[in-house]
Amino acid sequence: MLKDITLGQYFPGDTPAHRLDPRTKILITILYIVALFNAKWLVSYAVMAAVLMTCIAISKVKPRALTKGLKPIFIIVAFTAVMNLFFTSGTPLGAGWLLSHITVEGCWAAFFMILRIVMLIMGTFLLTYTTSPITLTDGLEHLMNPLKKIRVPVHELSMMMSIALRFIPTLIEETDKIMSAQKARGADFESGNFLRRAKALVPILVPLFISAFRRADELATAMECRCYHGGEGRTALHVLRYRAADYLTLVAFAALVAGIILLKKAGL
Amino acid sequence: MEPILQVENLTHTYSAGTPFERNAVENMHLTAYPGELLGIIGHTGSGKSTLIQHLNGLLKPTAGTVRLDGKDIWAEPKKIRDVRFQVGLVFQYPEYQLFEETVYKDISFGPLNMGIPTDQVDKLVREAAAFVGIDEKLLDKSPFELSGGQKRRVAIAGVLAMDPKVLVLDEPTAGLDPRGRESILSQIREYHKAKGNTVILVSHSMEEIARNADRILVLKDAHNFMEGTPKEIFSRAEELESAGLDVPQITKVAMALARRGVAVDPAVYTVEGLEAELLRLKGGAAHA
Repeated sequence: MLKDITLGQYFPGDTPAHRLDPRTKILITILYIVALFNAKWLVSYAVMAAVLMTCIAISKVKPRALTKGLKPIFIIVAFTAVMNLFFTSGTPLGAGWLLSHITVEGCWAAFFMILRIVMLIMGTFLLTYTTSPITLTDGLEHLMNPLKKIRVPVHELSMMMSIALRFIPTLIEETDKIMSAQKARGADFESGNFLRRAKALVPILVPLFISAFRRADELATAMECRCYHGGEGRTALHVLRYRAADYLTLVAFAALVAGIILLKKAGL
Repeated sequence: MEPILQVENLTHTYSAGTPFERNAVENMHLTAYPGELLGIIGHTGSGKSTLIQHLNGLLKPTAGTVRLDGKDIWAEPKKIRDVRFQVGLVFQYPEYQLFEETVYKDISFGPLNMGIPTDQVDKLVREAAAFVGIDEKLLDKSPFELSGGQKRRVAIAGVLAMDPKVLVLDEPTAGLDPRGRESILSQIREYHKAKGNTVILVSHSMEEIARNADRILVLKDAHNFMEGTPKEIFSRAEELESAGLDVPQITKVAMALARRGVAVDPAVYTVEGLEAELLRLKGGAAHA
């Protein structure tokens, strides 16, 4: 069912990974990605894998939830790997039509590319699995605060993002309900050719759009009734504060990036 | 009498295998007989909505069976659409599912999906509109120009037009004012009388169920709690109240009178019923 999709879903919990400041988590995710893209050879990847495994263990997210999230990108990964296999120049793997087109370097490149994408996805999923959408946008807003100086509407952007995130589950639920209601009247979404299937979506999309607009309107009214007037002078209920653990984690990940770059220099 | 719909040992688990896993319905039973008006009542989260979505095969049981006319509806999963035409389900706030350009087209969506020829559809649409009190003049209007109550009637007509053997209504009066409520309920009663179909009415208002149902099924915390005629159910009013369920106000009055030593039957559940009780008492006293 639609409700079961996991992309960007938050798994509530109370682990050190959940308790970290969202800003820390966003920053270390960025550092992790930087390190990942600087990883060159087996040793570096082993270090990165060890870091990822440790993070997964600390966050107590079920590995199955992470691998489930990988399913939708399987095709992209496979495609990139095959491309790398054939289009990397170097020494051919052997004789024959197929083997002479595949190079030893290509094999390594494909292998590392798969590792890189999988670890990239898993790392970023870990962020959304351990951070609720609201704290995540809160953290983003704080991190982007300096941009206010150059007149970027940071608060408005993050408010839009929170609202969008907040309404994803609601809209999914709504879609589910409308689909059920139309199915109860015999709507058929599963059979017929492309045109018929596209037409079958009308009974879902029309009510969905109407209710989305209605919701937006109601929300705007509700916000105005509570005197919402933008970010000026707004204070937060939960004030974000860096703790010792946050500083330690940040330092550790900065060290990771430095270490990986050193390993790269050493060709490992 | 052979039941028309029979649910046995039904369990439904949402989000199985995630931290959000929960049983919305556990080991539930339901039997509906031809021609009766069955009321289902329970709090929010008691499993009402999940239960009724199994009746027409929108949800597949995690465990247990649903039988229509003695046949398991999931025996042939490919034919589940036929079950949906026989068990018409009106969702909560059905007005949000309207989508067509005209009221007429929206009501005819169901019958057209069934593959009924257009000339017969016309008859079904007009009949269904008449049952819910939608004027012929409104049929060519856009459903979005109508008032909230009218939209709901149109949505209900959309299911009635499929002429289902069993009609299931999930809180058809939610969010309406008392007059709108009574008029929808009386139309449902009339439809039930005219067609002689089985009607299953879901509600969280005891008053509504008590006045309309032949038999009542009370749900609590995803389980069956009580089953019986309104009389049987409200004779156990104290049990209902201790379970946190509402009792019709008139039953409360009768219970309070009984506690004060007035010899009324505390299981009355309509104003007329209590009136008769009191008249009987008064008459008895006058003759004594």
